[in-house]
Amino acid sequence: MGIVEAILLTVITAATPLVLAALGELVTERAGVLNLGVEGMMIMGAVLAFAATQATGSPYLGILAGIGGGALFSLLFGFLTLTLVANQVATGLALTILGLGISGQIGEAYVGMSGTKLPQIAIPLLSDIPYLGPLLFRQDLIFYISIALVIGVNWFLFRSRAGLKIRAIGDNHASAHALGIGVIRTRYLAVMFGGACAGLAGAQLSLVYTPQWVENMSAGRGWIALALVVFASWRPWRVLAGGYLFGAVSISQLHAQALGLGIPSQFLSALPYAATVVVLVLISHNRRTTLINTPASLGKPFVPDR
Amino acid sequence: MKKLLFALATSAAMLGFSASAGAQDKTKVCFIYVGSKTDGGWTQAHDIGRQALQAEFGDKIETPFLENVPEGPDAERAIERMARSGCALIFTTSFGFMDATIKVAEKFPDVKFEHATGFKSAPNVATYNSRFYEGRYIQGQIAAKMSQKGVAGYIASFPIPEVVMGINSFVHGAQSVNPDFKVKVIWANTWFDPGKEADAAKALIDQGVDILTQHTDTTAPMQVAAERGIKAFGQASDMIKAGPETQLTAIVDTWGAYYIKRTKELLDGSWKSEQIWDGLKDGILTMAPYTNMPDDVKKMAEETEAKIRSGELHPFTGPIKKQDGSDWLKDGEKAEDGVLLGMNFYIAGVDDKLPQ
Repeated sequence: MGIVEAILLTVITAATPLVLAALGELVTERAGVLNLGVEGMMIMGAVLAFAATQATGSPYLGILAGIGGGALFSLLFGFLTLTLVANQVATGLALTILGLGISGQIGEAYVGMSGTKLPQIAIPLLSDIPYLGPLLFRQDLIFYISIALVIGVNWFLFRSRAGLKIRAIGDNHASAHALGIGVIRTRYLAVMFGGACAGLAGAQLSLVYTPQWVENMSAGRGWIALALVVFASWRPWRVLAGGYLFGAVSISQLHAQALGLGIPSQFLSALPYAATVVVLVLISHNRRTTLINTPASLGKPFVPDR
Repeated sequence: MKKLLFALATSAAMLGFSASAGAQDKTKVCFIYVGSKTDGGWTQAHDIGRQALQAEFGDKIETPFLENVPEGPDAERAIERMARSGCALIFTTSFGFMDATIKVAEKFPDVKFEHATGFKSAPNVATYNSRFYEGRYIQGQIAAKMSQKGVAGYIASFPIPEVVMGINSFVHGAQSVNPDFKVKVIWANTWFDPGKEADAAKALIDQGVDILTQHTDTTAPMQVAAERGIKAFGQASDMIKAGPETQLTAIVDTWGAYYIKRTKELLDGSWKSEQIWDGLKDGILTMAPYTNMPDDVKKMAEETEAKIRSGELHPFTGPIKKQDGSDWLKDGEKAEDGVLLGMNFYIAGVDDKLPQ
């Protein structure tokens, strides 16, 4: 295996959790809800996926636990902000702090254990394609899901009736409500989808990226995912591009250091952030389309019929 | 933002905890941790020391701690909360807490502080440190014997003296066995990020190193090394569980005895500000069992360790040149502690460019 393939494989692993979490948050925000608790939901997914894998021996049940755990945890956010109309920013931050705390508590029993790595699934025929095969078709299930989700969410949001409703709610919840769309119910579902995706991203961390449980192991990836959504101007394909760009620059800078190119490492460490912001801002620089893409009701509370 | 809020929340929780316990007549010896107490590395080693301290004194003392306190300005708030809550002695266990510790200590002259691995002290601020470089020298020698390719990978955190000293010592040890030995260095610019540490490990292995050593806090690099079938060294704690067939040895920080000694001095009133820098011979630093290596390498490692313990061997003994070719140590000359503690240069033989 050549060095380029080796690098690309590492990039895929690094980018997948970002893409997954950002995609979930994208749907949540398209419905007009700003959930800053991505980091918390992600870390809950990580610990639950690890715990379930240890308990059952099956990383696939681990994935389910991660998804379910993230979704359930986001329900707490949903209840507070949608039913009780609490402030979304504050509640989201609280969710992150809570998630980091609870996950540490749950995870205490699993510290230092070596985990089970999610096996790779080779897709017949496709995995034999030179170069591309080993990269794209000899991966783990979570990677396949992440790509399928980008395609699926893009189709869902822009080609389906339900997606149109979500976008309508996100743009103007009062009008959507007047049209008879169940704003609160739909937002609950969108929030839970975001939680499930963040939980799956967490499962990727503790089952694929580094198959172990370490407290705080998400190490800020939830926040990067949140930023990706904004800089990708709420478009699924741009989230994919942004996530992979961030991953690619992160990994390349490590290789640049190991090669001893003599570029200051502080600069290299900052590069993924800078490069991703610059590129995503450039591709979404058209002010009008950005305005169209920005959910106008984002973060605003909605109380029906008042 | 997240870290700030998190620190505030944990500080607030800790305040509540201390207030309820303050009614009893117990001396409070407090700890500030940069990571999680279960990180499997640096912070865990301090927490094991704290537990040994608590066990030694039992009901006489309390040992509250704050985890995940970010370095920098936020640390000041956390330390100040601790000081306010009635701690008599506070151990701040990361290099990045140095300025914050000094600042808070000025405001609380009656509270004693001990800062790990730093170089600033005050009448009520002692410093304590471990001669990690002694262990790194041994690791370097082992690496030079064990590596087929003659190249080791080094995952470094931040370009601070402690880390630079470690790289120098590792390289110097390795080149004492094989003068052509090379080290590839990656600066992760973090102490704690399992994913990034694993990425760095993969990058180094992809570029052909067959021995890995780290100066970051989690076992992720060890895990990657195990997966890729190369050997590695553990850091701060014995990481053998993460790589039973991978770990050659580990530098194990054993702070317990020091914490007990200083707390005794606090209780009998003899505590004073000192600059402690102990090493292998004092037991503050131990080497995890030498494993996964042939007997002759093990024997060499044990001999080197014995020589360092007895004082016969100082890892930084001349002749050593600096990387830029200028002279540092003359033949037989040993490095002064002051120079080591402020080390901001590479010695000759290190292939990396030191970030400034």
